[in-house]
Formats: sequence, structure tokens, C-alpha cells
Amino acid sequence: MIKTEHLGKRYDTLVAVDDVTFQVGPGEVLGFLGPNGAGKTTTMRMLAGFVTPSSGRASICGHDVEQDTLAAKACLGYLPEGAPGYGEMTVRSFLEFIVELRHLGAVARARLDYVVGRLQLQSVLEQSIETLSKGFRRRVGLAQAIVHDPPVLILDEPTDGLDPNQKHEVRTLINEMSRDKIIVISTHILEEVDAVCTRAIIIARGRIVADASPQGLAAKSRYYNAVSMRLERPEQLAQVRSAVAALPAVAEVEVSERESRLTALPRAGATILPALSELAARQGLALKELHLESGRLDEVFRTITA
Amino acid sequence: MRNVGIIMRRELGSYFATPLAYIFIVIFLVLASWFAFYLGGLYERGQADLNPFFNFHPWLYLFLIPAISMRLWAEERKSGSIELLMTQPITLWQAVLGKFLAAWLFAALALALTFPLWITVNYLGSPDNGAILAAYIGSLLLAAGFLAIGGCMSALTRNQVVAFILGVVACFVVLLAGFPMVLDAFRSWLPQVLVDAIASLSFLTHYESIAKGVLDVRDLLYFAMLIGYFLIATAVVLDVRKAE
Repeated sequence: MIKTEHLGKRYDTLVAVDDVTFQVGPGEVLGFLGPNGAGKTTTMRMLAGFVTPSSGRASICGHDVEQDTLAAKACLGYLPEGAPGYGEMTVRSFLEFIVELRHLGAVARARLDYVVGRLQLQSVLEQSIETLSKGFRRRVGLAQAIVHDPPVLILDEPTDGLDPNQKHEVRTLINEMSRDKIIVISTHILEEVDAVCTRAIIIARGRIVADASPQGLAAKSRYYNAVSMRLERPEQLAQVRSAVAALPAVAEVEVSERESRLTALPRAGATILPALSELAARQGLALKELHLESGRLDEVFRTITA
Repeated sequence: MRNVGIIMRRELGSYFATPLAYIFIVIFLVLASWFAFYLGGLYERGQADLNPFFNFHPWLYLFLIPAISMRLWAEERKSGSIELLMTQPITLWQAVLGKFLAAWLFAALALALTFPLWITVNYLGSPDNGAILAAYIGSLLLAAGFLAIGGCMSALTRNQVVAFILGVVACFVVLLAGFPMVLDAFRSWLPQVLVDAIASLSFLTHYESIAKGVLDVRDLLYFAMLIGYFLIATAVVLDVRKAE
């Protein structure tokens, strides 16, 4: 369990994190979203025991991060922003160093082999960290975070700098681990929230501005339950537009000439798909595409954090 | 204690992972011998002792020790690895102590490699080996004192060059605390009692008595307290500024 109560951090006059309260339980993957400088990293650093909170409290697995720091850190796997490491060390000696600090005893060898295999680090084991590509560096950072099989994982931008294949690989790893762990990731890639998170917290100017499931967030979108159609014949756009706008449940119509696409936004709570498909049938429109939108996260994100 | 050892080993290993360690050792040995033979006249004096060698150590260390200590914390802060280190289940103290001991052990290794000088004087005559041992201990303490000061300066900044310059200046002040050039700066605005207190903090007076072969408890205590003080200062500085 991760628990924060009125957690805050101020630097002189700057309030980095302000009154942040949330709880995360086992099986949850919490996505921490927000513009750059919103306070995501500072919050994560306070949870990891690297930054001392100015106000409020935080605990990991019941251990207060300030009073019972070592026990809290022992429960935690943490990937700092940018995945820093000791550049002059080889990947092998770096991971061995972490394993030693984690006091894994008899299982040390097995755990080391496991993370090396899981994150496909075999080929770079003897290379120094400073010579690694961004993707490998991130994977070494992930390896040190999970090597002691912690019940809680806090990963600051785990997929930053990875190519699409590597991103997919890391997301699969997070999904696999999510069954019995508490995972918090920060990201500004919104597709990631859909791909791995069960819950999302949006933070802006140090405050929590939204806390919901990804579907719940998407439901706040203007595009939630909107209907989008592409016409076979672009010249019909203007005519269809006025017909659609006349429908009582439609609040607004957006038209993209380039794609010959028309998007109808419903009034709050209304369902417009049946009405629109009936309209299309009645007017004998040739459609390339007709689909119901489930809401756009990026639009919600912009609206909330602007 | 185990964590201190793990951190120390990693740190020591990183000295040798780059050319820094080898360059340092070579320069230290060359300069130490050069000072002893040319400036100190080790041969010409016709005495079987190592005083000309040890007398120059404070000046040698003044520039070489900050070169070791400058990277201790500045580099960790610059590369961000300090965040990784401090979020492992270790205390700040274990990290401060581990890194300090690594740097000291490295300086001790460089000093130990001057043993051919000791063999030479033993071959040429019959020196007081007890006094030489005491002087080696004094030199080690001097190095430890400079390292503690330099480490503290390194914790203040992310920039290694700044850490080096701050280290040299701070070491210089402590080294010459008993001399007019430092005391005059304080005399005009501090009461005499405090000026005397500053004067008694001088490295040089404490080191010189040990280097002559006199191991006085007061001198040992002085070095122990000074090192302890700067290690505590390092921990305090890191606690406040590590995340900046």
C-alpha cells in the first residue's frame, strides 16, 4: 500500500507539490500524468525518500518514508527520472553492486540472472554504462528497480527514449508484474495510460486535478460517445453537416475537409449513434467509416491542465 | 557496517575504472620524490631520515588531495546517480563514510607506493624506523583531513572544477590557520580568544610534530575531530542539497 496524506513540498517561494493525498493498493497500476514541471517527479522523489516533504506524510507498505526510511526503501523499487547510473561501471558490476546493497543472500545469483534475461541485457553485460544507448540505459535502470522483487514499484518515465518495440516490451513487463505488485508510473505518453494503467491521476501545478480510471477520464471528454463518419463523396459534406446539426441530440458538428470526416458531438448524456446511422440510411450516404468514439484522453488532459 | 564496505568497494573500483587513479599515483610519486631529492636535498644532507620527504607532503596534498575529493559528491550530483544511491536501503551516513574511506584508502595506496624511499634510507644508513612510521601515520592523517574537507566542498556543488578550487582554498586556510596571512584576516574583527582558537586549528603545527616522530594524543585527537567535523558537515550539506 502506498499512502500519502496532504503531502507537500515547497522550495523557498515555489510550491512544487501541494496537498497531495492518495492511496494505491495491490493490483493497481497508477499512472501519474501531468505537464512538465507539474510536480510528478517531486512527488515520486518524496515517496522514494530522496526529497524530504515540507508538509504532510507518506508511507510505503505501512512504513513512514521519514520515520522508518530504511524499511520503506526496502519495500520499494525505484527508477529515477532519466535512469541515472554510474557511467564508468559495467552493467554487470553495477547490477552486482545493487544486489549487494539489497542483501539478497542466497537468491542473489538467481535474481540477477532473472533480470538480465527478462530485460535482455546479456549482450551489454560487460559494456560500461556510459557507452549504452538510451534504451539499454533505461532497461538497466528497470533491472536495478526490480532485482529485489519489491512489492512496490515507482517508475519515473519508464518508457522514455525507448523505440516502439522496447516500449511494448516494458509495458508487457509492467502488466505481468501488476498482478501482485503496486506500481506507480509517471508518463506524458497518454496511450501508455490506456495500455498499462488501471487508474490515472492528473497533476497540474502541484495539485491533483483528476483521479479516475482511464475510461472514467476519457468519459470527461467532449468526444465521449461522439460519432465520427467518413464520406465516400466529399462534396456531400456541407449538406450532411446541416442535416446532422439539425438533430436534437447533437450539440456540435466538426468537419475535416482533408479527411472528408464529420464528427458529431452529443449533448451531455445523449446517445446519437442510432439517429446518425438512420440519417445516413435515409439519405443514402455512401460511408467509408462510421464509429463511436470512447473519448480522447489528450483532449481531457489539455482541458484539465490548461 | 556491511553497507559501508559495499559502497567503499564500489567507489574504490570506480577510481581504477578510469585513468584517473593511475595518473594520480604516477604524479604523486614523481612529485613526492622530486620534492624530497631536489628541494629537500635527501642525499646531500647526509642524514639517514625521511624528513625532507615528509616536510613537503602538506604542499603536495594541498593540490593533489582536492583532485581526488572533487569528484566524490559533485559527480554523483551531476550524473544524478546520487538519487539512485540514496534511494537504496542505506543511510546517509553509510554513504558518506563509505565514500570517504574509499578516497582515503586510495590516498593510502599512493602513499604506500613510496616504500622504495624507505628502503633506500635503510640501505644507506640506519634511520629511526619508529619515527618514519609515525611520520607515515601523520601523513595519512593529513591526507584524511584534506579529504574530509575536500569531500565537504564537493558536496556543495555539481561542478567538479568548482569543487576542486573550493577544496584547495579551504585546505589552504586550514593548513595555514596558524600563520599571519590567515590570522590577519580575522584579527581586525574577531576577539583575541577566537583568533588564538583559529591559530590552534592549523594543520601544519599538528602535522609537523607528528612528522618529526612525536605521536601526541592531542595531535591525533585534533585530526580525528577535524575529520569527524567535516564528515558531519558533508552529511548535513547533502541532506539539505542532494536533490537540488
